[in-house]
Amino acid sequence: MTFLTTPVSRRRLLAGTAAGAAAVSTFTPTRFAIGQTAKLKIGLMLPYSGTYASLGNNITDAFKLRLAEVGGKLGGREVEFVQLDDESAPPKGKDNAARLVTKDKVDVLVGTVHSGVAMGMAAVAREENVLLVVPNAGAGDITGKMCAPNIFRTSFSNWQPGYACGPAMMKDGKKNVVTMTWNYPAGHEQIGGFKESYTAAGGKVVKEILLDFPKVEFQAYLTEIAALKPDAVFVFFSGDGAVKFIKDYAGAGLKGKIPLYATGFLTDGVLQAVGNDAEGIRNTLHYADSLDNPVNKKFVAAFKAMTKRDADVFAVQGYDTCSLLATGLEAVKGDIKAGATLYSTMRNTIVDSPRGKFTFSASHNPVQDFYMREVRGGRDVVLGVAVKALADPAKGCTMV
Amino acid sequence: MDTSYYLIQALNGIQYGFLLFLVASGLTLIFGIMGIINLAHGSFFMIGAYLCWWLTSLTGNLFLGILAGVPLAVVLGLLIERFGIVHLYKRDHLYQVLFTYGLILIFGEMRSILWGNEVQSVQIPEILSTAIPLTEVQSYPVYRLFISLVCMALAAMLYLVVQRTRLGMTIRAGASNREMVQALGLDIAKLFAIVFALGAALAAFAGMVAAPVQSVFPGMGDEILIVSLVVVVVGGVGSIKGAFLGAMLIGLADTFGAVFLPHGAGTVIYTVMAIVLLWRPQGLFGRA
Repeated sequence: MTFLTTPVSRRRLLAGTAAGAAAVSTFTPTRFAIGQTAKLKIGLMLPYSGTYASLGNNITDAFKLRLAEVGGKLGGREVEFVQLDDESAPPKGKDNAARLVTKDKVDVLVGTVHSGVAMGMAAVAREENVLLVVPNAGAGDITGKMCAPNIFRTSFSNWQPGYACGPAMMKDGKKNVVTMTWNYPAGHEQIGGFKESYTAAGGKVVKEILLDFPKVEFQAYLTEIAALKPDAVFVFFSGDGAVKFIKDYAGAGLKGKIPLYATGFLTDGVLQAVGNDAEGIRNTLHYADSLDNPVNKKFVAAFKAMTKRDADVFAVQGYDTCSLLATGLEAVKGDIKAGATLYSTMRNTIVDSPRGKFTFSASHNPVQDFYMREVRGGRDVVLGVAVKALADPAKGCTMV
Repeated sequence: MDTSYYLIQALNGIQYGFLLFLVASGLTLIFGIMGIINLAHGSFFMIGAYLCWWLTSLTGNLFLGILAGVPLAVVLGLLIERFGIVHLYKRDHLYQVLFTYGLILIFGEMRSILWGNEVQSVQIPEILSTAIPLTEVQSYPVYRLFISLVCMALAAMLYLVVQRTRLGMTIRAGASNREMVQALGLDIAKLFAIVFALGAALAAFAGMVAAPVQSVFPGMGDEILIVSLVVVVVGGVGSIKGAFLGAMLIGLADTFGAVFLPHGAGTVIYTVMAIVLLWRPQGLFGRA
């Protein structure tokens, strides 16, 4: 058995796959106190109902897939799951997380998709000093103002995918652009990241359009875009709003005339619903299921075999969450209370992910490659790396 | 920004205006004739949209979804009038406000139980999903023209019914003087039931045709109720003609406000309302 993730320090000492084998061979369960041989309780606080249910399920299934791959144990300890549907309801986020920690006595918190709920979880993680790994929510504050030694994120910060797109658009010769998104935190952060790199590269934002969330009445704005005739349009929408936007954009006759750029959330998971209308949309994301690397090929096939569903970016993030925990707990031989050693191992891990290898920044957010993708034949085809090893600026984080 | 830009934005505004008219006409009739302040009127818009989404996904066809949905909305309207509103005719407006506010909560909870709280989307049927090219980059979606045309036809029908038929005559008489209509031996209870169900059906129908362009979400009823109240106030309470002109005015103001005053977009329609009321406190076609 080889681990796909290994601590940096070990990698330096030991070459190649020997690292994983060595880690396993030095594993001596007899040294453990009773507490460390007991089952490791992981609280999966994710959406299992509502709009985000499929995201929660993909994260969970991929986590379990990875766990099976590493032999069903983390740091030598059997794993017990406590699964809780967070209903994507921010008001309940803090209470639910606190209940998992104090009543269910989970050793690790994993969650969630919705940023508002994840912020509640981060608050509890800080108060109770319990390890939290966030497998999706992109709110900047989680690894910014709220950052803590025991809080990790395996997904992205909202700032990252937008930032990755700016220089790439300038390279495509798109010198002025109209941006459009919902008037809520994720929208501001994604467009904010884009504006930062795009204007720094010499691009000009001629108009910023904000709609109330979750409004999808785009018509008046599309008319305006047609009149402004920018070189391109950059948007952040996702889910049903993305489907509607892509269809309306084509419906208003803009498709093929004013190129559409976006963060990858616009096209991920909606390509089937929008059909031909999405062709040609360029977008940036830290993953694409068509990525050509052995880890991804193996992962995509294994996920399909296990769930009968296609893998997506959310599944990858769940998968990597388990990889990260496996490496961290291996280093401390399952002693979740090892604190500083555990966290510094996790911080220095190189995760060999289906998205490609990535590391962590000082604020515990992935430092990862962002790919430029283009929709061709109903798939997001990878054109190349837009930005290599992009780190979030982690504004307000005291660990940086 | 050339002329065609303003023309296309005007088309967008008029299309929104037609939708507003369908909701506001029911609201103004129910208040003007029955004297009922119906805060739950927007809920019919939301219910219509959810019915449309539900029935369209069952039948696979938007037109079937709407055809099956309208009778359900009529039945719901009749039931609400017969078992709820009927007790409020002789009551003070405060009771009506309280009751119909309660209805909003009940409808919201019903929707949550039956259809959940998610945002849902309805596909535009294949034959209406094309667009008419207008300028080199701009096309106008056929479905939006369809909305405008259908609403225009309904508005014309409503006008003819109110102005030219016996039922319309009774409705107009009822709006002017309820006691007199009753004294003449006309069945006022039946008239009220018809008016209420008609209003509910118009609002629900508006929700149905709007579903593919606005998508379907829990708060959509409250949103349109507030704008429709503005329309009724601007147009003059009880006047169909006022509701029509008010709807067009507010639809255009909202569309142009959204693009010219992006940060004050939400306030434009209220500014228009304030100006109209300063000039004509009773609204454009209200009785002084």
